[in-house]
Amino acid sequence: MTQVEVGLWAQLVLALATVSIAVLARPALRARLAGSAAAALGVAGAVTGVIALTGGQGRLVIPLALPVDPVVLSPTPLGGFFMVVAGAVGAVAAVYAIGYVHGPSASSTSWAAFATFLLGMQLVPGAADAVSFLLAWELMAAASTVLVLTEHRERIEVRSAALWYAVMTHLSFLLILIGFAVLSAAGHGTSFAAMSHVDPESAGASIAFVLLVLGFATKAGIVPMHVWLPRAHPAAPSHVSAVMSAAMVKMGVYGVLLVVLQLLPAGRPWWGLVLLALGTVSALYGILQASVATDLKRLLAYSTTENVGLMFLAIGTGVLLRAYAVVGPAEVAAGTTLLLVASHAAFKTTLFLGAGSVLHATGVRDLDRLGGLGKRMPTTAAAFGIGALGAAALPITCGFVAEWALLQSLIHGARPEDRLVAVVMPLAVAVVALTAGLALMTFVKAYGIAFLARPRGPEAGVAHEGPASMRVALVVSAVVVVGLGLLPGVMARAVVRAVGLGGIDVFGVSGLGLPGVGAALDPVALTGLTLLVAVSVLVVTWRMARRRPPRPVELAWGGGGVRVSPRMQYTATSYAEPLSRVFDDALRPERDLEITHAGESRYLVERVQFRQQLEDVVEVRAYAPGVRLVDRIGLAARRLQNGSIHRYLGYSFVALIAVLIVVSL
Amino acid sequence: MNAGAATLAAVQVVVMVVVSPLLVGLMRQVRARLEGRVGAGVLQPWRDLRKLAIKETLRAAGTGRVSAVGPLVLVVSGLLVCVLIPLVGAVPFVSLPDDLFVVVSVLLVGTVALALVGLDAGTAFGGMGSSRHMTIAALVEPTVLVAVYALSIPVGSSALSRIVVARIDDPASVASPVSLLALVALVIAVVAETGRLPVDNPSTHLELTMIHEAMVIESSGRDLGWLELGSWLRLGALLGLLGSLLVPWGVAQDASVAAVLIGVVTLVLKLAALGSVLAAAEVFVAKLRLFRVPELLAGSFVLAFLAVTASYLVVQAG
Repeated sequence: MTQVEVGLWAQLVLALATVSIAVLARPALRARLAGSAAAALGVAGAVTGVIALTGGQGRLVIPLALPVDPVVLSPTPLGGFFMVVAGAVGAVAAVYAIGYVHGPSASSTSWAAFATFLLGMQLVPGAADAVSFLLAWELMAAASTVLVLTEHRERIEVRSAALWYAVMTHLSFLLILIGFAVLSAAGHGTSFAAMSHVDPESAGASIAFVLLVLGFATKAGIVPMHVWLPRAHPAAPSHVSAVMSAAMVKMGVYGVLLVVLQLLPAGRPWWGLVLLALGTVSALYGILQASVATDLKRLLAYSTTENVGLMFLAIGTGVLLRAYAVVGPAEVAAGTTLLLVASHAAFKTTLFLGAGSVLHATGVRDLDRLGGLGKRMPTTAAAFGIGALGAAALPITCGFVAEWALLQSLIHGARPEDRLVAVVMPLAVAVVALTAGLALMTFVKAYGIAFLARPRGPEAGVAHEGPASMRVALVVSAVVVVGLGLLPGVMARAVVRAVGLGGIDVFGVSGLGLPGVGAALDPVALTGLTLLVAVSVLVVTWRMARRRPPRPVELAWGGGGVRVSPRMQYTATSYAEPLSRVFDDALRPERDLEITHAGESRYLVERVQFRQQLEDVVEVRAYAPGVRLVDRIGLAARRLQNGSIHRYLGYSFVALIAVLIVVSL
Repeated sequence: MNAGAATLAAVQVVVMVVVSPLLVGLMRQVRARLEGRVGAGVLQPWRDLRKLAIKETLRAAGTGRVSAVGPLVLVVSGLLVCVLIPLVGAVPFVSLPDDLFVVVSVLLVGTVALALVGLDAGTAFGGMGSSRHMTIAALVEPTVLVAVYALSIPVGSSALSRIVVARIDDPASVASPVSLLALVALVIAVVAETGRLPVDNPSTHLELTMIHEAMVIESSGRDLGWLELGSWLRLGALLGLLGSLLVPWGVAQDASVAAVLIGVVTLVLKLAALGSVLAAAEVFVAKLRLFRVPELLAGSFVLAFLAVTASYLVVQAG
């Protein structure tokens, strides 16, 4: 048995063990035992992934009782990379969950579903044929639906969120199923090896490409199929939303990479354009919605749409440039996708776990009621701050490194000979730049409103730091964000080489060199220089502070008045107000202004009422008509069932006659 | 090579720290004279800094570490930008190319620090300034990146020093339509980023129109001193960068004494000229309404985008 096979077996056994513990253990011990077992399951996935990534081979065949081919698990290096991401995120989230779970999320159903979810997610990138892939995919989808439903008794909105999620995730399943069916018909076999013989120029390949990309994009939360994301993330418990956002949506990205790198490697140019279009629209729309969101987890969910959009943009650039034979930048773009995946996994885990700590401490997700948490929850504040820096793509975090590489591949991609590329690349640069700018604003808002200033609601004033396991998980994920940002080079080169791409080299200590485009970045050198510069400033400040220490005063300048009420502070809504006005046409907020005048005078105002509501435009415009139609069909179909036993007997009779007629033909 | 780069970087930082407040003083003086006032003199910003350094620092009760660290981060990011970009000389560090995207992100770290300082005290004005500041910063970013993308196309690299050196070698490229379009776009972006008219009025005392001043309203003493110095350094560095791109001559390409001396003198002259022109122009424009600013920025983005597409078409024709 090879190491990979041992790893795969270990995952299966550990998942079974976690489920058994969840069911059998006493409630007092359940969280600790099941959490540790789930963390071990995640670690097993990560280790197996690393072995597969470094060239380990292995093939696990599990015969089924069904009359289909056996399940075959045999992770490729690319699959290994995604297994590492899923396993690592799962392990951190499991440790976090030990301290976090309470109420329904501590139930045995929830723990069992969590373990199943982790197993399904870790096996998706290990599948070697379409049937196994779909089985693991469905395991992941079903278990995550159960997890989204966890708090359905406490909060009414959870039910509709779970419904949206279940429908969208099965739509995605259906599209992928049809896509694979088309490919396997053309390739005469359900294994990925057989499918990769399909001629990419054929019509079947293009049909399969469109179906598969739509299916994977739905799972990845790409606009306009993103509608489940901002509902499901706030509904699920925080450790689950962290795994869903940081790892599960990446399986959609894995699927697309599987298609464009392994199954149909020599794609047509328009495939790249399709991916680019999906990516740019998602990146912009996602971050725009995030910048005006006031629900912390909804904000993070939309930011996930943005980040996945950037990944699609990178894949699309790679496919497009490869089709136009711009080899260097094409390779960098494809490799950058993996950087984006790893960095997003790191910082989004940190952010969701941070949001979970805030929720755990205050019970509110509404930024407008938070504030001043930095002093009460220093660990969470520091970790969330680092995650926010990563999401805003600022140095020295992994988010910065990934976005830098993406921009480099874009600005070196255009060639004057190809007019299409020469127009598309600058547009993509502009979109990435605007996205980065808006992300900056979004995360300054998220961090500044939640953790700085004074509490805006009573809950924020009594917040407290969570138990040790939550803090440990937060610190670990924050360290990864900075670690990947400081020393990305060695790991990036190893990963990119293992999956058969080039274009990324080590520069300096462990910086990133992109020989294909002639650019290099060494975060360690940048940090060193910063420290060198900072020393002088620090020495001057220290000497000044020793002479005259700062004095806290209740009323500094007070902005010209007394600091009466914390409600006079800027809130998340007011912070995003200028932006929502600038992008009025895209966001279409609903505003109501009602002024009641005092008596006869037009100048004396008795009462002003202002109401603003921001709804997802795509959801309202594109989905509402469809949902109404389905509702109407459902109501019409209800007439078939009026509860009369005579009618049901009549149906059986008609059905029987029909069957007899069909059989006799 | 690295020793030369280190020498030049050190010279650049020292020169910029000394000159940036003087540049602000000069701009205020030019404006005062044009408006018929006597003015406080070119040295006034330095006197202000000395005063702020010895005054007691007051912090509003309830503010956290951000209020103390934010000003330092702003200054360090300003100094780091002065180290990285080609001002006195265009000799990059071997292990740290002066990549444009890195420079922009270092600037943005300062922007974020300032915005967080504005939020930390928990007053309405601080939040207002912070919110407006970040909105403008978000909208400026596409212009900046696309404009320098346009400038980088002829060189094939996003390293600023290589762009500047290529311009010295080929003076005709400075006046090419692509370069001019990109530079006009960049000027608008720099005006917005440094909070000058018509985007923000640096000398306003009307709270409702403030952006930068609203964020620093709660700071005092050395905190305010650092914030002011940091903002001036950013202004100086960005104007210096414009100078190096617009008039690349005089930028040292090695660390010899003569070249460095010429570099310093030309840098000071460029800064003085650009500062005076900017200040003189400010006399004649009024501040834009905040919600008209995006239109200005959209215009500058269109110019930058035209510059990029034109550069591909021009190359194709030639």
